[in-house]
Amino acid sequence: MFLKDYINDVYGAVKSLLVGMRRTGYYFTHHKEIITQQYPDNRATLDLPERFKGEVVMPHDANNEHRCTGCTACELACPNGTIKVITKFEVNAEGKKKKAIDKLVYHLELCTMCNLCVVACPSDAIKMAQTFEHSVYDRSEFTKVLNNPGSKIMEGVE
Amino acid sequence: MVEALGSTQEGNLIINVGPQHPATHGVLHLVITLNGETIVHVEPHLGYIHRSIEKMCESLTYRQFIYVTSRMDYLSSHINNHACALTVEKGMQIEVPARAQVIRILMDELTRIASHELWWGAMAMDLGAFTPFFHAFRERESINDIMEETCGARLTMNYIVPGGVMQDIHPNFQNRVKAFLKMYKSKIHEYDEMVTGNIIFQNRMKNIGVLSAEDAISYGCTGPTARGSGVSSDIRKIYPYEIYNQLDFDEVLEHGGDSFSRYMVRIREMQESIKIIEQLIDHIPEGDFQAKTKAVLKLPKGEFYTRVETARGELGVYIVSEGGTTPYRIKFRSPGFSNLSVLNHIARGSKLGDLVAMMGTLDLVIPDIDR
Repeated sequence: MFLKDYINDVYGAVKSLLVGMRRTGYYFTHHKEIITQQYPDNRATLDLPERFKGEVVMPHDANNEHRCTGCTACELACPNGTIKVITKFEVNAEGKKKKAIDKLVYHLELCTMCNLCVVACPSDAIKMAQTFEHSVYDRSEFTKVLNNPGSKIMEGVE
Repeated sequence: MVEALGSTQEGNLIINVGPQHPATHGVLHLVITLNGETIVHVEPHLGYIHRSIEKMCESLTYRQFIYVTSRMDYLSSHINNHACALTVEKGMQIEVPARAQVIRILMDELTRIASHELWWGAMAMDLGAFTPFFHAFRERESINDIMEETCGARLTMNYIVPGGVMQDIHPNFQNRVKAFLKMYKSKIHEYDEMVTGNIIFQNRMKNIGVLSAEDAISYGCTGPTARGSGVSSDIRKIYPYEIYNQLDFDEVLEHGGDSFSRYMVRIREMQESIKIIEQLIDHIPEGDFQAKTKAVLKLPKGEFYTRVETARGELGVYIVSEGGTTPYRIKFRSPGFSNLSVLNHIARGSKLGDLVAMMGTLDLVIPDIDR
């Protein structure tokens, strides 16, 4: 009886092994089912979804105008102190003082891409960009100013 | 601690596994006392990845603290976020729209499948099989793509917020999920062919690390670890949240208590998740994806507790509020900690090589244990 069990065990082991190996062999001969991407080489065809959260950016239009009013809602919404809004007072044509942003400082090294600032923004001034290759040689390059130099607020955005 | 164990008995050998060891899936340090090749005692040392998430949450508002919980059990981050959102909603008595509830459950179940996929691949790799890891990642990758499209991230989504979900689902979402279900069903037989039916695998799993139902209860095990011992512990069935009580699915129970039973529970649980997704994917109700909430959330004074079923077991979120914008105290009851505590009990007396198989079936995620 012992010998019979032993032979049965060996037979079962070899059979189950072959069943598993057949699966491996199937993919060895069916190249079309391989889904691996060759990452650094496929940069040109890499297609990231538009909601992908890479970093926070502030879109500017052709006249170098943005939509940020300097309300600091994003700064308050951020859990890590990633965003710092520095405001100034501008005098407009009628001689009235108006609050505007001087700099919107963004610390990429602190950001966790949680999207809370984008949701909090009442005027859609900031959005998430699809960039993901963030490596730089010096840490200070992570601190970014999101508004372009010389930019001002778009007409009609309150 | 190490010296104390060594001096208790002559001739015993003490081996340190970890904190940097491929089999521990993270920074877990096991001090193993061996007599020959037989395990006398296993002592887990924790704290290598402690980030004091509970203390951090005390300084964050009720909208902000949710993103940190993605970093606890990073394989079921959606479900962690869900638990926190449910607690805040319970405190503020926010009614979640039906559409958001369905989206949340769909995301939870997709996360559960992705988590079990990764567990399956990693556990087979612990036992020396390398191929299943890549097969598991193929399926997990398509779930990650769905998540990336709708939530914008692959692992730490921060998609579930108090009152609903952050954004509406992507227009492609339903088609992508249906394509995934179709693909998944055509591949499911590979799992049995490659791993489950393998005699070598079965011999290494059956009657190894036996955990009786009484011990599972007394150690506080939850999730698939407890269900492998025949203990009914599915929070989705016992304390249904959202619309789980209207769905048709079974609680998976196995009665062996050994490593193979725990393995089978997870394999069968993936099928149940598929069943839930199939029921809901064509019936996402129209309407708002988020309830109207105030800009600043303030919980009333009191204590609030909710629990959900993550891929690893019961996750409890306990909030003590003083009425302000930040919690006074937050406690997370994580499933991994209780499941790890059973390791010494089931490993004692077995061989060193089997310890890896036992740890694999406990499905430990170390950041969840340390928090």
